[in-house]
Amino acid sequence: MNHEHRLRFKTLVMVLLMVVCANTGDLMLARGMKQIGHVQVSVPGLQHALWMTIQNASIWIGICFLIGFTLCYMTAVSWADYSFVMPAGAFGYAIQTMLAIIVFHETVSAKHWIGVLLICFGVLMVGQTKPNTTNVAVLPS
Amino acid sequence: MSSRVILMLVFFVLCNTGGEIAMSYGMKRVGEPEALRPMALLRFVWAAAKNRWLWLAIPMLAASFYSLLILFSWAKVSVVIPASASNFIVGTVAAKYLLKEDVSPKRWLGVLCVLAGVILVLKTGGH
Repeated sequence: MNHEHRLRFKTLVMVLLMVVCANTGDLMLARGMKQIGHVQVSVPGLQHALWMTIQNASIWIGICFLIGFTLCYMTAVSWADYSFVMPAGAFGYAIQTMLAIIVFHETVSAKHWIGVLLICFGVLMVGQTKPNTTNVAVLPS
Repeated sequence: MSSRVILMLVFFVLCNTGGEIAMSYGMKRVGEPEALRPMALLRFVWAAAKNRWLWLAIPMLAASFYSLLILFSWAKVSVVIPASASNFIVGTVAAKYLLKEDVSPKRWLGVLCVLAGVILVLKTGGH
């Protein structure tokens, strides 16, 4: 396997890991919060919810997956172009919606799907622009 | 979609975008580590720890994470995750006017697509 093929292969593996970690992380957070139930917006309600989230295993598993996602993402962009890694993030919105239907049995209408696809397309366009356009020297401290 | 969910979504997006912008602003001032050696990395971490923008970013990002958890307890995953893409809208506006970044027409078009998508998801998400 030559250098380019090896680079492409390891980037694809890393992108796959990113997708798995991000989606599993969000699903575990959602699962944990569904177990905790409706959070009340009041000081005692928020304190109670915070205490429940600290004790919830699904939330901690979700956080671990999201840390895994961040590490995979940082590793992938350290050797691959952002524009190559970015589409995985854009399509995450569609994958997550699909997973919500499968895992949480949520109903999603055709209009909702059009909205999700517009978001994916928009995020993809935003990600395909220049990564750096500023002059750091002009920033005030 | 209930106004309570939309208000929490706005809070989430403002905290998340504000936190990320403060982080980006702070890290641009701190700069890159001189080398990937322990002492150089320690100097980098120390410079970051002294940067007030990072100390503004951390509580904002913590608040955004907590508000995302609250949103998960209130609304469907198929609504919360796509709607969280609103970050791209507020982020681009803030990057243009606060960080003075150059935003291309293609990027504005992308932002408009995200905005249309989020409105559609929020309109259809309740049923």
